[in-house]
Amino acid sequence: MDFNQSTDDNLFDHARIVGKPHARIDGALKVTGQAPYAYERHDVAAHQLVGYPLCATIAKGRITHMDATAARAAPGVAAVVTTLDIEPLAQAKSNVARLFGGDTVAHYHQAIAVVVADTLEQARSAAALIEVRYQEEQGVFDLDAAWEQQTPDEPLSDVGDVDAAFKNAAVTLDEVYRTASQSHAMMEPHASIVDWSDGGQMTVWTSNQMIAWTRKALAKTFAIDLETIRLESPYVGGGFGGKLWLRADTVLAALGSRAAGRPVKLALPRPLVFNNATHRSGTVQRLRIAADAEGRITAFDHSAFSHTLPGGSGENPVNQTRAFYAGASRRVAHTAIEMDLPESADMRAPGEASGLAALEIAMDEMAEKLGMDPVEFRILNDTQVDPEDPNKPFSDRHYVECLQKGAADFGWEARNRTPGGQREGQWLIGQGMAGAYRGAPTMDSGARVRLQAGRLVVETDMTDIGTGSYTIIAQTAAEAMGLALEDVEVRLGNSDYPVSSGSGGQFGAASATAGVYAACLKLQEEIAQRLGMNSPRFEQGMVIAGTTEVALAEVADGEELVAEDTIHFGDFKDTLQIGTFAAHFVEVAVHAHTGETRVRRMLAVCDAGRILNPVTARSQVIGGMTMGVGAALMEGLIPDVERGFFVNHDLASYEVAVHADIPEQEVIFLDTTDAASTPLKAKGVGELGICGVAAAVANAIYNATGIRVRDYPITLDRLIDQLPKVS
Amino acid sequence: MRAFSYERAASPADAAARAAEVPGAKFIAGGTNLLDLMKHEIETPLHLIDVRGTGLNDITATEEGGLRVGAMVSNSTLAANPRVREAYGVLSRALVAGASGQLRNKATTGGNLLQRTRCPYFYDTAMPCNKRSPGAGCAALGKGATTRQLGVIGTSDACIATHPSDMAVALQALDARVETVTPEGETRSLTLDAFYQLPGDTPDVENTLAKGEMITGVVLPAPVEGRHAYFKVRDRSSYAFALVSVALIHAPDGTGRVALGGMAPRPWRRDAADAALPQGAAAVMAELLDGARPTEENAYKLTLAERTLAALLAEE
Ligand SMILES: Cc1cc2nc3c(=O)[nH]c(=O)nc-3n(C[C@H](O)[C@H](O)[C@H](O)COP(=O)(O)OP(=O)(O)OC[C@H]3O[C@@H](n4cnc5c(N)ncnc54)[C@H](O)[C@@H]3O)c2cc1C
Ligand code: SF4
Repeated sequence: MDFNQSTDDNLFDHARIVGKPHARIDGALKVTGQAPYAYERHDVAAHQLVGYPLCATIAKGRITHMDATAARAAPGVAAVVTTLDIEPLAQAKSNVARLFGGDTVAHYHQAIAVVVADTLEQARSAAALIEVRYQEEQGVFDLDAAWEQQTPDEPLSDVGDVDAAFKNAAVTLDEVYRTASQSHAMMEPHASIVDWSDGGQMTVWTSNQMIAWTRKALAKTFAIDLETIRLESPYVGGGFGGKLWLRADTVLAALGSRAAGRPVKLALPRPLVFNNATHRSGTVQRLRIAADAEGRITAFDHSAFSHTLPGGSGENPVNQTRAFYAGASRRVAHTAIEMDLPESADMRAPGEASGLAALEIAMDEMAEKLGMDPVEFRILNDTQVDPEDPNKPFSDRHYVECLQKGAADFGWEARNRTPGGQREGQWLIGQGMAGAYRGAPTMDSGARVRLQAGRLVVETDMTDIGTGSYTIIAQTAAEAMGLALEDVEVRLGNSDYPVSSGSGGQFGAASATAGVYAACLKLQEEIAQRLGMNSPRFEQGMVIAGTTEVALAEVADGEELVAEDTIHFGDFKDTLQIGTFAAHFVEVAVHAHTGETRVRRMLAVCDAGRILNPVTARSQVIGGMTMGVGAALMEGLIPDVERGFFVNHDLASYEVAVHADIPEQEVIFLDTTDAASTPLKAKGVGELGICGVAAAVANAIYNATGIRVRDYPITLDRLIDQLPKVS
Repeated sequence: MRAFSYERAASPADAAARAAEVPGAKFIAGGTNLLDLMKHEIETPLHLIDVRGTGLNDITATEEGGLRVGAMVSNSTLAANPRVREAYGVLSRALVAGASGQLRNKATTGGNLLQRTRCPYFYDTAMPCNKRSPGAGCAALGKGATTRQLGVIGTSDACIATHPSDMAVALQALDARVETVTPEGETRSLTLDAFYQLPGDTPDVENTLAKGEMITGVVLPAPVEGRHAYFKVRDRSSYAFALVSVALIHAPDGTGRVALGGMAPRPWRRDAADAALPQGAAAVMAELLDGARPTEENAYKLTLAERTLAALLAEE
């Protein structure tokens, strides 16, 4: 199905199931432990062995010597493969550092051997017996030191006359903001079972967001035929972008399996999630804003720096600055500084999460300089067209409504207006807000539907990374085919199924449901043809045309009817800006003595097109808000800038928000639809939820204390010297 | 984890005797710290002596009007004990501020005292650490190191790690004593200052227990009158080790005791600082933190400790 123009009124505008709250259909399986995650799939292959990785303990250099004799002789060990035993593996585009093979060490905890044994304990203790000698090389690990010496890259865009705008501005701002490197820290670490026992057919049971990409990456990495690889990833215990790619767990399990001639399962031990796998790069961002005396923005100048291993792209945090607010002139630049810290890559709302963390503090600061209410300042600078290209309208943008609704519901009018001016006992109370903008990309997405005696089975390689894909896909199919939700079974995450968008970039929900809808339309055509009906309706399990009604259960005479299709999104979208928008409102309490910050309430108002299921969408947004609180207050990978690795590589020292940190969270979805996005008029919400949250918290802290912190995370040591005197 | 053998001891004296006799032996109680360390091969005992069956599970009154807490009493049980809650509030509060409910159910009084530091470099066996491998050097003192969590006083040029226990900070404020039995069957009773040893040149030696000597319990002296408070400051609301913690016992006449956690290789208290309590937080800290040697990154702890005590005093 080609989606080549904005859609008209369609069945989803009169939906019975889509857009209605439904608990997730896989929920019971998950809470009763019956949804098998990759590492627990004991039944999929007999005689599984356990693999354990050994990783480099230098940040950069060469391995000069490895001796695995003792490991090979250790109890229970079936195979050891060291990185010196094999030629460097080929690299898929998505991997910046080589995953395995050869003597080069590109980053700390890069995998250098895998030990396969009968038990985890045996493999782990044997791995510790491998002797390694290195020749270390000097690396670059300090982003803060590096950016000052770095010549910035050419601007990504430079429109209008930025320098003139700053010269003529009534009010300007020029500040530097820093976001910390962050780990996905998903609950389920990267894990795979691989059966490549005979070096021929490779079967992979894994935890991965992108089946087709990862299958391709495997083919490339091992230089084998795509057709010999099968991949399953039906349940994913969190990914947040960390599982978009092929990673060492799968590669090591495959190599171990081939060497041992048995299926091998391997999960990355927790410390390796931080330094072996990918993370979001920290950023340094210089932001300048110019405005006229009335508060109209005339120019933005946003120059950012992040780090990457040579050849990667880092964390580009300037894109939202190109389109979020009005203003005739703007210049944005991002420089990915090549450094030798572990591999940086995508994490939930890559770019925007970091960019808005800076931009939305800057907006708060500008509002203050102008003597304006931060909500009013944002409303004044709203735009309905791409400010870099005024001929390009936003397809559907209700940011102003988000701001207004949020302000009303939060009680913004009644807020503290004097920074540091509201106190309850030993706590300073403050309110803050921020805006959020995240693109709404779509990707071609396929699905197959099988009608079996009145029940529908949907198959697509789409993944459910905890987001609710199973449920919204079932809703879409049930809606389209006139079935009850219970009559639809959804099968996901399998390379035998049609290639979907996968889960990432908040494109999954919108794209995959559209693909399923396309397949359902195909099935409808087939049924119509079979029954000789002209454009029948599908309602309540019946196919209806005129006065004729046939039960879906009977259309195929006991046979199975199968239809498959892919939705292709046309380039008419390039003539539009399609995005999602939100306003976040936060109240914090900052302890006047200690500087501890506790969030007291949070509100998000989202404009994200049709909300396919308010239950699962809300859960996405509050999850994003929770992660945003983490980013604001505690999450930060701390590099040792001499030794070149992230020191806090476990969940005791890389702190993420816990239950006690998260107060009442309220989410309001505006009742909007975006006809240019998909046939369902839906967009994503999973990344929107994290965007802007950190800045809202930072702005609330400023309001509570009068202390403006521009470096994340805002831990108490960044506040303590400026807090009110105590006796 | 290295392979190890395992036995259960039936009495403290047996356990101590066996621990002295079997090479590479170590006690295991709740296992909440030791097992983690074994998985990382930070601890590599050859033999484990499980002491949970040694009959040290009771909290009993002493003749002096205090309490004797058996070494196997869990952190949960101790925190919930009515007598502890009523007369030793600082201890209850410190305990429930630590770890999580599940961990406190397993963690024991003896094990808690002997839990090891949370210095992140101690946890990465690729990093030089004098506490893990004597003489290897200290990664935390390296040029590019992060030290935000580490100690500011009582530390040495060999090690700047802190002792992470919350419970021990309260015990320090309460003048509790640690009771032990030696492999020879003798018993000892030690103040916490006599029990914990500062790192000096040998940060691997953290206490004055002899080889095989086992903790049998903790004795709390008769209760001290006054308000009991424990303020644990951390980066998130729960389930995090203290950046700084303050145990305070404050008598109605303004005198009292102050002990600090998160600052030093052992729970930190000084008589001169206690004596300064009537003059306020600044006076206390001037005594208590005299001689502190913070790093640039953790100097905030000095300010924080004073402000935290001030917060407690201002609450009254
Ligand atoms: C995730 C996590 C978070 C935590 N957070 C906190 C916190 O916030 N605050 C806090 O205070 N603690 C915290 N802890 C630490 C916890 O309190 C300790 O792990 C626990 O108290 C140790 O007791 P255990 O009985 O399990 O000791 P074990 O692990 O069994 O033993 C610890 C050590 O004590 C020795 N030992 C045990 N019993 C005896 C005995 N009777 N005589 C002599 N030696 C003995 C063992 O040989 C071993 O060396 C945390 C732990 C974890 C895992
Ligand atoms: S501070 Fe102590 S525990 Fe930490 S690395 Fe140095 S010696 Fe080891």
